[in-house]
This record gives sequence, C-alpha cells and structure tokens, in this order.
Amino acid sequence: MLKVTFIDFKGGAHPVEVPTGTTLMRAATDNRVPGIDGDCGGNCACATCHVYVEPEWLERVGSRTASEEDMLNLVAEPLASSRLACQITLTDALNGLVVRTPEAQH
Amino acid sequence: MNAVSHQSVDIRAAARARVAALPLEELNPADPQEFVDDTVGYIFERLRREDPVHRSHSPIPGIDTYWSVTRYQDIMKVDTSHGIYSSESGITLMDFPPDDEQKLRMFIAMDPPKHDEQRKTVNSIVAPANLNNWQDLIRERTAKVLDSLPRNETFNWVDRVSIELTTYMLATLFDFPVEDRRLLTHWSDMATSNKLTNPDAPEPEVRMAELRKMLEYFTRLWNERVNAPPRTDLVSMLAHGPATRNMGPMEFMGNLVLLIVGGNDTTRNSMTGGLLALHDNPQEMAKLRANPALIDSLVPEIIRWQTPLAYMRRTAVVDTELAGKQIKKGDKLAMWYLSGNRDETAIPQPQRFIVDRERPRQHLSFGFGIHRCVGNRLAELQLKILWEEILRRFKVIEVMGEPTRIRSAFVRGFSHLPVRIPG
Repeated sequence: MLKVTFIDFKGGAHPVEVPTGTTLMRAATDNRVPGIDGDCGGNCACATCHVYVEPEWLERVGSRTASEEDMLNLVAEPLASSRLACQITLTDALNGLVVRTPEAQH
Repeated sequence: MNAVSHQSVDIRAAARARVAALPLEELNPADPQEFVDDTVGYIFERLRREDPVHRSHSPIPGIDTYWSVTRYQDIMKVDTSHGIYSSESGITLMDFPPDDEQKLRMFIAMDPPKHDEQRKTVNSIVAPANLNNWQDLIRERTAKVLDSLPRNETFNWVDRVSIELTTYMLATLFDFPVEDRRLLTHWSDMATSNKLTNPDAPEPEVRMAELRKMLEYFTRLWNERVNAPPRTDLVSMLAHGPATRNMGPMEFMGNLVLLIVGGNDTTRNSMTGGLLALHDNPQEMAKLRANPALIDSLVPEIIRWQTPLAYMRRTAVVDTELAGKQIKKGDKLAMWYLSGNRDETAIPQPQRFIVDRERPRQHLSFGFGIHRCVGNRLAELQLKILWEEILRRFKVIEVMGEPTRIRSAFVRGFSHLPVRIPG
C-alpha cells in the first residue's frame, strides 16, 4: 500500500491509501475523491482526470505520453505541471505523492 | 395512451423479427427509416453479437459502403486513434464531390494541428469556471419558459420547451439578438437537412441560400465586434482569436454551423428524450421525485439513453485492422455511439434507463479523444437546471401520444412530443 494526497481547488486535503500499481485516477475514483471524474475509465480519452503535480514530485512521475499531450490540449487551465491521472501508475517511488485538482474538469 | 403503447409493442416485435430474418450483409443501420421507427436498436443488437465491425451498404448515393463499428471498446479505439482515423473527410457518412460548397469547413472535421488551434479559441467560453457566469441566466430563462406553459391542454414539448430553451442558450452564447433567436433554430435545421436522405428536405440550392443568409447576418455581428474590444461571446472570440480571425467566409460558415448544430440539435433532443424516458419508466420517475439529488446521475443517464448524435464518421488514412477486419486506406467508418451506449460488455444493464446508475458518466455520447464534445459541461448544466425547475413546479407531465422522430441517422431526435400538464 502507498499513500497519495489530492488537494482540492479550495485547499482541502484528501489523503488515500491504495495498492502499488494502481493508477492515480483509480486512486481517486475508487475512494470517491472529489474533483476527478475519469469519464472514459482510464483510456486517456476524455481529459477529466486532470491534475497539477506538486513541483517536488514532477521529475519522479515522469514525462507525458504523446496521447496525453494531445488530450491536455483540451483542458481548461493547462500548466507545465499538468498531467492526466490515468497515465500515472503508482509505484513505490511515488509513495507520498501530492497533486492538486483544478477548479473543475472540462 | 394504452392503445398507442400496445400498437407500438406490436410494431417493435415485428421489427425485431424482420431484422433477425435479414441476411447479415443487408443490415444497414444508416437507413433513416430505422430512426423514424426507432427500430435501429435491433440492427445494432445483432451486429454487436454477430459482426461487431460490419461492412454496411446504403442505397443512398454518397453514402454507399461504410464500416459500422458497434462495440464500445472498438469505438473507443477508433475515436482515440486520430492518426489512423481522420476527420478531414467529414463527420457524416455522406460524401460530396471535391470542392462542393455543400461540404462545410469546420474544426470538428479537421485533424491536428489546425483542429487544436481553432478548438482552443472556443474552449474557454464553455469551460467549467466560465459556466458559473451563465448559471443564473439559464435558470431565469428556464423558469420563464416553464411558467409560460399552458395548463390542461395538449402542446408540443419539442417546440415549447426543448427548442425554446436551447435556442435561448445559443442566442446568449453568441450575444445574438434574442428577438431573432428562432433564426438560429431555422439555420440549424437547414444545416443538417439533406435531400438525399430525406425527400421532404429543401433542395441543396435552397439550403445553401439560407446558410448564406446566416453568414450575412453573422458577418454583420463579426464586423461590429472585430472593431470593438474583445468580449466573451463566441462571435467576438472568433473575430479576435489568432487561430480564427483570418478564416475565409466558408470556413466561418462551417464553424458557425458546427457551434449552432452542436449547441442546438443535441441538447434539444436530450430535453425531449429525458422526458419520454422518465414517462416510460415510472419507477425511475418515482425514485427521482423521492430524491431530487439524483439529478446529478439522471443527467448523464439521459445523455447516454438519448445519444443525440447517433454516430461520428472517420476515414482511414492507412491500411489497418480493427477487430479482425481489414480496413483499407480511404474506407469510411461510422462509430455508432448509439450502439456502444447499449453494449453490455461495457455498461451494466444497458437496455435499462436507471436514474441512479453506478457509473453514469461512462458513456460515448460526447465522443472520446481530441474531438470530444467541447460543450459537454454546458449541456449537462442546462439539463440539470431544466430538471430542477421541472421537479419544483410540476407534479406530473403527461405524455399524450407517440413522439414523431426525425428522419436522420445522424441527429437522433424528435420533432413532436404531445404532452399535457394538469393543474
């Protein structure tokens, strides 16, 4: 098990514990974390699991995939730290990961 | 009402038997008559089971041969593989001769990078944060429309509510003169009309003449706004946006059609389809009345159930394989969202309308991938407010007869639904 924390737009923290190998999107939707929709079920096809990765974690979560780049074109407020949570698989190296959710998913 | 229902049960049983008896190669889901009769579901049922990626033939010139993609996962694959399956040849099955002016240029029918640039220009107006600004206005207009409905007399829900509300919304988004708002409905209907699929449709010249009037009207608005400081309406955004301000007239026309049809034909038909679905499923209506918080899952369920755009077309740009079928470069495919939304391998109990469904947002009606509906959150907001205001006002809305459905395999919708509100 490892721990990740979602910080919502108003600043509220939502820590969850999930098994290693879970995607960051599932970590949110399986635990009813608000602010992550995941409409396409993890196919990198809807951009409704948009998160901002906290700076100290950016390098460790790795780089975006090509299809993720395409889909991030659709989100409302893209930043350099933007990722789609369905494209991040939680390994032990990401234990303690902190991400922020946007005001709303488009 | 009972007699009508019984008759329609007979018609449906006959349709199912007819479809079951046809040779597989004769199944053609793009036949508009199947949509008029609401029987296309039987074709999809069979195709999902027996030939999920199906070589289909239409007798309509310009449609001819196409692939029907009917399962949820195959549709997802095509929709997310825009490098293999292009949108440049158009989003409907009808092919026009090259340079035919009937073929409109619009960003939904473009590939990256041009698609991405043009889409971004309109993205922000319907971004969720911006929707808060519209909320009060939508509620006020919805309330006004509902309060003006007749009591104890039968009227057409499509015209009095669905068209009225979506047209009001469009006028707001374009900052279009409200008193002329029915012109938007008229142009939307013109844009989607097609003489080849519907004999009652206007001649192509008449259609283009009407669309040119639309272009003239909007060019006037554009010229006013391009010389004024940028504002938040769609015309101003297009006139000032770096990716859209140099559009030629035909491309402007195409993108207007996209925004007008996209914001009109879709939500309009979900507004009617939702009322009908709740009427046909009284136990679901009872659940909703007992717990109005279910509106949050009701709304995506209505959008799944109705699937107001039955398909989107793609064209293969390379030879490829899909579910064991060899797709050749240049072949066209219909991703039948309507079928994928009834696929039991992806959605539990898909043939049932369930207002408290477990994962209601996992449906195909908005498409997936880079062309996913840009106005999806606005559509959901409009439907949410509509149902909040309906539940607040009316104990019952009686459906007085069968709906009349539109003769189109693309826009899945209604022209008439007789209803009556007692009181």
